Amino acid sequence: MSVRRVVMTGIGVVAPGDPGRESFWDLVSHGKTATRTISLFDPSPFRSRIGAECVFDPERAGLSHQEIRRTDRAGQFALAATREALADAGIEPAAGDPGRVGVSVGNGVGNAISMEQEYRVVSDDGARWLVDPGYAMPHLYKYVMSSSLATEVAWAAGAEGPSTVISTGCCAGIDSVGYGYHLVQEGSADVVLAGAADAPIYPITVSCFDTLRASSTSNDDPETACRPFDRRRNGLVLGEGSAMFVLEDYEHAVRRGARIYCEIVGYAARANGFHMTGLQEDGREMGEAIVAAMAQARLNPEDLDYVNAHGSGTKQNDRHETAAYKRSLGAHAYELPVSSIKSMVGHSLGAIGSIEIAASALAIDRNLVPPTANYSEPDPQCDLDYVPVTARELPVDTVLSVGSGFGGFQSAIVLSSLRDTARGADRRRAAA
Amino acid sequence: MSRTVRPVVTGLGVVAPTGNDVAEHWEATCAGKGSLGVISRFDPSGYPSRVAGEVSGFDAARHVPSRLLRETDPMTHYAFVAAEQALADSGIDLDALADLDTAVITANSSGGVEFGQRELQKLYAEGPHAVGAYMSIAWFYAATTGQLSIRHGMRGPCGVMVAEQAGGLDVLAQTRRVLAGGTRFVLGGGTDASLSPYGLVCQLSTGLLADGDQPDRAYLPFDAAAHGYVPGEGGGMFTLEDLTVARVRGAARIYGEVAGYAATTDPRPGSDREPGLRRAIRLALDDARVRADEVDVVFADGAGIAAADRQEAEAITAVFGARGVPVTVPKTMTGRLYAGGAALDVVTALLTIRDGVVPPTVNITDPAGYGRDLDLVRDRARELPVRTALVLARGYGGFNAAAVLTAVR
Repeated sequence: MSVRRVVMTGIGVVAPGDPGRESFWDLVSHGKTATRTISLFDPSPFRSRIGAECVFDPERAGLSHQEIRRTDRAGQFALAATREALADAGIEPAAGDPGRVGVSVGNGVGNAISMEQEYRVVSDDGARWLVDPGYAMPHLYKYVMSSSLATEVAWAAGAEGPSTVISTGCCAGIDSVGYGYHLVQEGSADVVLAGAADAPIYPITVSCFDTLRASSTSNDDPETACRPFDRRRNGLVLGEGSAMFVLEDYEHAVRRGARIYCEIVGYAARANGFHMTGLQEDGREMGEAIVAAMAQARLNPEDLDYVNAHGSGTKQNDRHETAAYKRSLGAHAYELPVSSIKSMVGHSLGAIGSIEIAASALAIDRNLVPPTANYSEPDPQCDLDYVPVTARELPVDTVLSVGSGFGGFQSAIVLSSLRDTARGADRRRAAA
Repeated sequence: MSRTVRPVVTGLGVVAPTGNDVAEHWEATCAGKGSLGVISRFDPSGYPSRVAGEVSGFDAARHVPSRLLRETDPMTHYAFVAAEQALADSGIDLDALADLDTAVITANSSGGVEFGQRELQKLYAEGPHAVGAYMSIAWFYAATTGQLSIRHGMRGPCGVMVAEQAGGLDVLAQTRRVLAGGTRFVLGGGTDASLSPYGLVCQLSTGLLADGDQPDRAYLPFDAAAHGYVPGEGGGMFTLEDLTVARVRGAARIYGEVAGYAATTDPRPGSDREPGLRRAIRLALDDARVRADEVDVVFADGAGIAAADRQEAEAITAVFGARGVPVTVPKTMTGRLYAGGAALDVVTALLTIRDGVVPPTVNITDPAGYGRDLDLVRDRARELPVRTALVLARGYGGFNAAAVLTAVR
């Protein structure tokens, strides 16, 4: 069986700030931040009180009342992003063979808000261990199972092929796109709705990051709280949202005259086998994922135009990640623009990998590299070109995007427009 | 880059209501010894459904350092022990393999609900400061894969599949992909532990749990009296490698090959389109290049709800003909283990292939009309040479998965 090529033909985004792909791009390409004091609940008892929230109204986003009732905020993000991606791709999967359309949704912490809200009700705010079923709402089971995200997307898209949720923590948003890529590549589906969603900004998750002292305490300056790679960085800022993509067999896309954003040319996941939350200083584990993804893409470091970083803004991560780039990309690591959009949209756990893939694909589409906002003081251990504050115009054809998460998971994905677009052909001609 | 592989299972492990190792599980399962009972973990008297399949006599501390137990939920405790059994059974020397050539892929359905409930209670009864540091790594769906990867130094492409009951079969497909990508050894499977009060209340909300407290009348798939299912906990783990690799290293046992797999999703509710199970079966058989008449036994999903049982019986009958193949639901002895359910069925199906004994479906006294179209292996095990087994799994919301397991000559 010949290996099929997999291209991205539609992008939908619900990211912190206003919903929609263009609002997202407007935010990150202008270096604006969506990190604010948390409004989804009263954050005053918490150590970190900052979040990057979506300004989201499910009705305005076009969700039906039934969809709104039966889904958590994460599911609502996923549905809105799915519809935008389908419209962008100009495809109605159900109109073809629904059995050839698959779904792959990444998620980190399930339908966290609903799970917690409903817990409060049935436990009477923690008063009862034997919680009261009389107060449970009918869709409670869907709330505690993240797999409902995949069925909701499948129903919205009319997909009847293979569908699943991929839940590798903070790498889930890359791994789910990697999974969709495999489904198309191996011929299990011609079209896959792939992406991720998470909505973790609620007390239990905020408590967890407080306990780990992993989140930023710049509570007086929420708009500049997340400072990836900066010497003064003091932790991550929780975010939320979803990005969904239409991934498609290349021939299928060409046949229907689809606009192609980019091709997925490499993907790899590795684990550190070391610690659930710790990372080794030398960047070994992420470096290995990058090397594997680049090998699969048959690309050299010099072929990369941009690296969309994990850059969570914790002391540990940004050091590890910088070391990983040097290990895996050699001297070219110093030449490459590397930026973290988490400085603007926060860290939405299972969703962020897909949101960052959206930024990467749009960087290719628009020849513009989004910046690392809030960056001003270099850290001697983080000495690469982090594209401080202002976006940079440059020809972008090939992008590496990476993720790192609890459990020791590391993922890397490579997107490229070189082999697919007229522009790629022009550049190849110019190079020759 | 990818090459054709023949994934074979070389090691098995079980922690389930039927037993805390493979031998115990297999003996009880062949004997038709059901392990359902009234919930003992907490007082279930205030709940309409009180029967479950609990893991009992399980002492994780005998196998796992207490520090690690403190950091993890029971779902992961079961996986630690089942994984240790599977690795030992496979005879693998992990030190002889590069750590990046080995990986862990597990299914999960609802995370560590008991751990989560306890920490939520601390949050609301005592305040944010009371939430423990391990909540962030114990509750989430990836906890088990992450912990196993660390415990055994398995650093290749790990995975976490979430498709309720179907996830256990999705693990097989993901394993095949990973092996085709060059990974040499995969620890796969699934375990779940959904039996905390909040976990039970969440499950009750579907209206699909059997009510009452009579263990032998609660979970009756394909029976005219079917009125819901019984939840259970635990699951199965297995080791997988390419046939050639396994032979070259001299694997002591090859239980069988993952010869085929397919997954589909049901049409949205209210659609008049056909449910996806029949198509999943057909695609899995095609994938395995196996004809329907070559299948010796079907491990059915057995939802225990009339509408779903009818759909499944119709799908099986459409592919195999009326009473065309022996069908069994050993889940009637354990309850539905969610992410652990299909993983345990895979273990049981491989043991069926090994020993030529099809374990029974218990407690069925009066098959429904559609149930009578099935050659249901009832009451006692049936001896039968089995070369090819089909395992079906359906997940809440519309996931269908089918896997074909075959004997390796």
